[in-house]
Amino acid sequence: MGRVVVDVMPKPEILDPQGKAVAAALSRLGFGQFAGVRQGKRFELEVDGDVTDEVLAAAREAGEQVLSNPVIEDVVAVYADEQVPA
Amino acid sequence: MTRIGVVTFPGTLDDRDAARAVRLAGAEPVALWHADADLHGVDAVVLPGGFSYGDYLRAGAISRFAPVMTEIVDAAHGGLPVLGICNGFQVLTEAHLLPGSMIKNDHLHFVCREQVLSVDNVDTAWTRDYTLGERITIPLKNQDGQYVADERTLDELEGEGRVVFRYQDHNPNGSRRGIAGISNARGNVVGLMPHPEHAVEAGFGPDGAKGPRSGTDGLRFFTSVLHALVG
Repeated sequence: MGRVVVDVMPKPEILDPQGKAVAAALSRLGFGQFAGVRQGKRFELEVDGDVTDEVLAAAREAGEQVLSNPVIEDVVAVYADEQVPA
Repeated sequence: MTRIGVVTFPGTLDDRDAARAVRLAGAEPVALWHADADLHGVDAVVLPGGFSYGDYLRAGAISRFAPVMTEIVDAAHGGLPVLGICNGFQVLTEAHLLPGSMIKNDHLHFVCREQVLSVDNVDTAWTRDYTLGERITIPLKNQDGQYVADERTLDELEGEGRVVFRYQDHNPNGSRRGIAGISNARGNVVGLMPHPEHAVEAGFGPDGAKGPRSGTDGLRFFTSVLHALVG
């Protein structure tokens, strides 16, 4: 068993309304050290075998074609999750 | 009789109102099912509002891969008139039939109001019965209604006259340049966030000149496409 993680974030130039609301809540709760928050998505893709280069390439392709919308989001990371027990 | 398809996805809400609008305009509504890769010979298609597939992943993102959408994308490239309302507009952007995308309203709240729009292009299949610059009032109800696109795309849309509707008096969701609806270059595909199908019959529409709920400003979307089809 293996797992690939795909991280998707709103593009830097797109105002992230959810992140802004979270930032305001944090500040109200006393977490004054955080100047800003951006909220993204983490996808965990399970595979039956090992996470090979082909699997990573397919995950990147899926990330760009389906898991993200390139108009508003970027795929910022695609990597094998080493925490999955073999 | 002209036949206009109305697509139902799991989670679609406004398919019945859209079908009713089609009938009131004088056409025959044809129910199209998301899993059926067949347009049943319809002359035009409406993608209605709602929360198809629960808005999972992104609004409209899963619907784009429904079998009926493959047929609609092909037919739209061939000139079939297609109207996307609210969630239907989101589906059209995800299917790359229209540029840009919708993100959450800038104030994060769900909006439900009677919204004034200007009709800024009356050459599309869905707006030819309006006059240029006409102000119309139809309902707006959504959470992910903030239209965004990069500056180059926005300039292109404005330069080519493809901003079909603009919010007037008040930008209800932070949409770039007040854009409420756009078209493709050919003018057969139109998408907008507000709901013309909820303003087609006196007694059930927004408040209008003739009294409460008398507004029927949305009906001409559907008569427009009839006139576009018969030439």
